[in-house]
Amino acid sequence: MSTLAIRGATVIDEAGSRRADVVVGADATILAVEPNITADRTLDASGCVICPGFVDLHVHLRQPGYETAETIASGARAAALGGYTAIVAMPNTTPDADNVSVIAEVRACAQEGICDVLPSAAISVGRRGEKLAPFAELVRAGVRIFTDDGRGVQDDQLMRSALEYAGSLGHLCPQDSIVLAQHCEVETLSEAGHMHEGEWSSWLGIGGQPGEAEELMVMRDIALCRLTGTRVHFQHVSTAGSVSMIRAAKEAGLPVTAEATTHHFSLTDACCASFDPLFKVHPPLRTQTDVGAVKAGLKDGTIDAIATDHAPHTTESKQQTFVAAPPGMLGLETAFAVANTHLDMRLEAILAAMSWQPAAIASLRSQHGGPVAVGRAANLTVIDPQLVWEVKGAQLASLSSNTPYENMALKGKVRHTIYQGEAVVVDGIAQR
Amino acid sequence: MKALRHLLSMEDLDRDNIEYLLNLTAGYVEVSQRKIPRIPALRGKTVALAFYEDSTRTRISFATAASRLSADTITFDAKRSSVNKGESLRDTIETISALGVHGIVVRHPDSGASRQVCEWTDVVIINAGDGRNQHPTQALADLYTARAHFGALDNKRVAIIGDIKNSRVARSNAIGFTKMGAEVIFVAPKTLLPPNLNGWPVAHTHDINEVLDNIDICYLLRMQLERSAAAAIPTLREFHHEYGLTSARANRLKNDALIMHPGPINRDVEISGEVAERPNSVIGEQVANGVPARMAVLFALIGSRLDLVDSESAVA
Repeated sequence: MSTLAIRGATVIDEAGSRRADVVVGADATILAVEPNITADRTLDASGCVICPGFVDLHVHLRQPGYETAETIASGARAAALGGYTAIVAMPNTTPDADNVSVIAEVRACAQEGICDVLPSAAISVGRRGEKLAPFAELVRAGVRIFTDDGRGVQDDQLMRSALEYAGSLGHLCPQDSIVLAQHCEVETLSEAGHMHEGEWSSWLGIGGQPGEAEELMVMRDIALCRLTGTRVHFQHVSTAGSVSMIRAAKEAGLPVTAEATTHHFSLTDACCASFDPLFKVHPPLRTQTDVGAVKAGLKDGTIDAIATDHAPHTTESKQQTFVAAPPGMLGLETAFAVANTHLDMRLEAILAAMSWQPAAIASLRSQHGGPVAVGRAANLTVIDPQLVWEVKGAQLASLSSNTPYENMALKGKVRHTIYQGEAVVVDGIAQR
Repeated sequence: MKALRHLLSMEDLDRDNIEYLLNLTAGYVEVSQRKIPRIPALRGKTVALAFYEDSTRTRISFATAASRLSADTITFDAKRSSVNKGESLRDTIETISALGVHGIVVRHPDSGASRQVCEWTDVVIINAGDGRNQHPTQALADLYTARAHFGALDNKRVAIIGDIKNSRVARSNAIGFTKMGAEVIFVAPKTLLPPNLNGWPVAHTHDINEVLDNIDICYLLRMQLERSAAAAIPTLREFHHEYGLTSARANRLKNDALIMHPGPINRDVEISGEVAERPNSVIGEQVANGVPARMAVLFALIGSRLDLVDSESAVA
């Protein structure tokens, strides 16, 4: 394998922004970062930005169990096209990833992929919220993120136990941190609902899920974080109330982190007026006020990471009634463009929330999230922040096409992705 | 007047559309009173009744309406069909459309179902009730019934009382009565109101006694026991006591005030049995007018285009 030069771009990483070419070597590391260097092969990146590869803390790859919607290979390809070099797979597969054999299966399927796939594991057996999954065994198998995603842990005592027990396992992975990530939703308040409870649900006659269903669990988990001292990561934060509670928790010095999805800062519950199940998602699309609060939370650092909650569903399953259709929408291939289009933030801050900050939460900094420096792993993304393009679900690499951004014009596109030194995406085309 | 292809929601109609349909309904009331209540207006047309939810009244009303217009009907009953074999809504609608029908009347337990169905077929869709969202032909029958008594509905005061949150009838009638110039007030405890009424053209109160003296229409809703409304109130007895139209409350209504209910009635829950039988109760008329109102909709959407026909030629 020869050396590859990425030429003509501006490098942006944690250390800031500078004009430099980047040469990556056969050993999958960065060999040089300086102006005007050449190598055996050259990738043009003029007018573009080179940054550490993106890291998504929240994707559903549907394998094992629902391979008609997505596979680990197709999801990894979609991720690479979206500029990701590492993604965290959620455990709500069939069977659930609540034991080492499913984790091993996911890893095996990801082996040949063009993006690192880090399986997370369930907090409770079968994600039923009754009994803890075998945490120590799973940590020994390399799992660092635990979540019952798709559901929140409803039982207060079980969540306390999960935090205390996980907090006792640090000696198994002294370099990394174990994170309990929560899908915050009090089901007794939300289970009759299919969209955000508010003006639109009332008018349309669709059962609502109040923002308070999320906020009550955010409030509880902040209290349990204070009680146990174990790190809590809040997934897909969607309400203004959640953002302000997390902001206060951080100011109080509690070890909490948070992510927001691209759809929760770009779309509102008004989208559901068409009854199109493409806009059905959990937590639901909220109000303009919530969208504004999520944006503000990203801007002031209350929210650490931009995630996708990439949730593929087949066309058949989305062509049911709004009530009957499953929740979830695609995100991997549109995430950077949506963030770049909708967020009033410096590009450096957007990249921080898409790369090095999530990489740190997932204990991936040795391989992902930069800096772009000699000797570091060559996991890089080249983006064109100015290119305007139109989203077409049918053209996405995901096996499903349930994007909520169909036909929308977005600004900013991933041009090349370098994964372990290999140009796996060149000019927006996956190379394998 | 707006050109209409389907009838999905009272939102889709402007006042001219509604008045046109009510005038057409008046003609069909006359047809319904003939010795042979049948005209050839839709001869050669086929109407499919696709019912995904139990409904005796609405279904036989549509079937009767189609028959009086000489249309053929085919009935699709989800309970006895290939839906039980896992056939999707889309596949079923495409199959029915492929039979060459001219209109599909859709009743479905999920809000928005009839609007979604329009994406999958070119056939005219008529919403016969979708979840908690809309029931436009019920509203048209109700508007016709009220207009027949008052002549016009401008500035009439309408109280809609009871399980509004779960009611497609309330949603359709709130829009329909408002578009016809009436004032609508919802009466219910918070647990039975839509959670957010911002932007609705209606007022609301939690106290039924506040509205009784000065309303022209007292519209009671069926308590939707099957939609888990039971969890929203302590007991039906308490609901009857606090929100039911008891004899004492009915005595306070103005002499010419109408008592309406979409049926079927839960006697002594939302209305006492005695009150339902009073002369100013028009509950039976609402049912009877359902047929000509649905004839009007079927003719307007399937027989011709709503904006092209005058009501005289429609009953010839």
